[in-house]
Amino acid sequence: MEKMKVNQTLDAKGLACPMPIVKTKKAMKDLESGHVLEIQATDKGSKADIKAWSESTGHQYLGTIEEGGVLNHFIRKSSHDETTSETKYPYTISNEDLMKTLEDNEQVVVLDVRETAEYAFNHIPGAISIPLGELEDHFDQLNKASKTFVICRTGTRSDLASQKLASNGFTNVFNVLPGMSGWFGKTVNFNQ
Amino acid sequence: MTVKAMKPHEVTKKVFNKEELFIIDVRNEADFQDWKIEGVNFEYLNVPYFDLLDGVERIMDQIPANKEIIVVCAKEGSSIMIAEMLLEEGLEVSYLEGGMKAWSEHLEPVKLGELKNGGELYQFVRIGKGCLSYMAVSEGEAALIDATRMTDVYLKFAESIGAKIIHVFDTHLHADHISGGRIIAEETGAAYWLSPKDAEEVTFEYNRLEDGNEVKIGSTAINIHALYSPGHTIGSTSFVIDEKYLLTGDILFIDSIGRPDLAGLAGDWVGDLRESLYQRYKELSSELMVLPAHFMIIDELNDDGSVAEKLGVLFEKNHGLNIDDETEFRKMVTENLPPQPNAYQEIRETNMGKFAPDEEKQREMEIGPNRCAVR
Repeated sequence: MEKMKVNQTLDAKGLACPMPIVKTKKAMKDLESGHVLEIQATDKGSKADIKAWSESTGHQYLGTIEEGGVLNHFIRKSSHDETTSETKYPYTISNEDLMKTLEDNEQVVVLDVRETAEYAFNHIPGAISIPLGELEDHFDQLNKASKTFVICRTGTRSDLASQKLASNGFTNVFNVLPGMSGWFGKTVNFNQ
Repeated sequence: MTVKAMKPHEVTKKVFNKEELFIIDVRNEADFQDWKIEGVNFEYLNVPYFDLLDGVERIMDQIPANKEIIVVCAKEGSSIMIAEMLLEEGLEVSYLEGGMKAWSEHLEPVKLGELKNGGELYQFVRIGKGCLSYMAVSEGEAALIDATRMTDVYLKFAESIGAKIIHVFDTHLHADHISGGRIIAEETGAAYWLSPKDAEEVTFEYNRLEDGNEVKIGSTAINIHALYSPGHTIGSTSFVIDEKYLLTGDILFIDSIGRPDLAGLAGDWVGDLRESLYQRYKELSSELMVLPAHFMIIDELNDDGSVAEKLGVLFEKNHGLNIDDETEFRKMVTENLPPQPNAYQEIRETNMGKFAPDEEKQREMEIGPNRCAVR
């Protein structure tokens, strides 16, 4: 497994409840929207609590990896405009239509522009992972003529990515709506 | 002023005495829904501690002014924090010492009655999890049945009444909790008895518990008679003690009967379960006092905290003993079963000696209710 990129790591090892959550809350407050926090904890109860806390505060709980007695939790700080803003890029495709296209085994590229930690826990099989913030440095990994479906969680980051691609000479790009938040097709994670 | 710790023993007394208590459970909702402190006159407010980090003001109007209040969490840390915040708001509250972890492990001994010639029978009520274990004592000798992994409690109790444990039994290979029987036998030199039919995969030495086996404790002979009664497991064995008490294990409970599926063979064992309940038990005296290995709901507790009822009464009132139609019975015990106990496969393997988890892991495996019955 490639090391997931996180923006900040919080060491809560050896701390008993409630301290892992108290520290997480504080760290999330200072974190930039859209960034990913990794919390390393040894309190077994932290998994259910971090997940429940994330849900109740609207942050995105990505998942937990257990390694040698340490629970590594990943949370992404939500940004409010993600679910509210309208997309601007004109060429879009619905989740359902993308699912059909993939089932028909068409030669297409699925470009996942979420953070690597989001991608790691849940992505469409064969999708390429390039986070939105790094896209400009990785144009060379993509073929400008290939049919490319850009996906994120809710369609906002993929909208920005699609615009970027289009203005850099990509001619066959579609933004997938709504994105992974509504994806019921096949997915894989870092274990598979 | 500081917040007060309330011990599991004190809360247990409130359960037994049907006292009022207002419980602020600050665990997450899923854990609370799954398993909580039960009491006939207890009221609850479940708000996760992590939703109260900025203050408890918003729950103040949901807390009654005239009731005793206890804050409860998984291990006590969060409940202390919330109790202190409530105290700052002027509310006098306690927290549960050791949290639900300690609640799950607390054993409350209750004397059930006298045996012949000054003997005594005790029930150890594991109030948080619904497990029941037993100690029969006569003339300084004791037999222990279905001991939990809190072995110290039994050893200390035996010492306090001046008894030496000489026989240790398990009515069956448990799937909901880790047995302390083998360890107690090792520490005391007592004989450890288990049905060979449940012990096919065990990795340790044991005495073969067979139908009709009798052991005696004390020189005046309290008789413990083994009665083969399969159904929950294939080796399930009941005991008749002093011709007065019937220890039914996980075959028959007060308000329910045992489920036959925890070793993965529900279909095969339904017939055995029916035969044990409807034939073997039917032949016994209806005056026998039934002592099960579990209770499921708090209503099954008697006023003194014990869990016991006459066999004759159960034949009248227990729904599971009153299903005349065999097909309907089969349906009830194989379909719509409740969820299986937490980590039941790992628990079974631990009880077979195949798996030796550390204490922390054992606790985690046992978390939650026992779920051994079908109603």
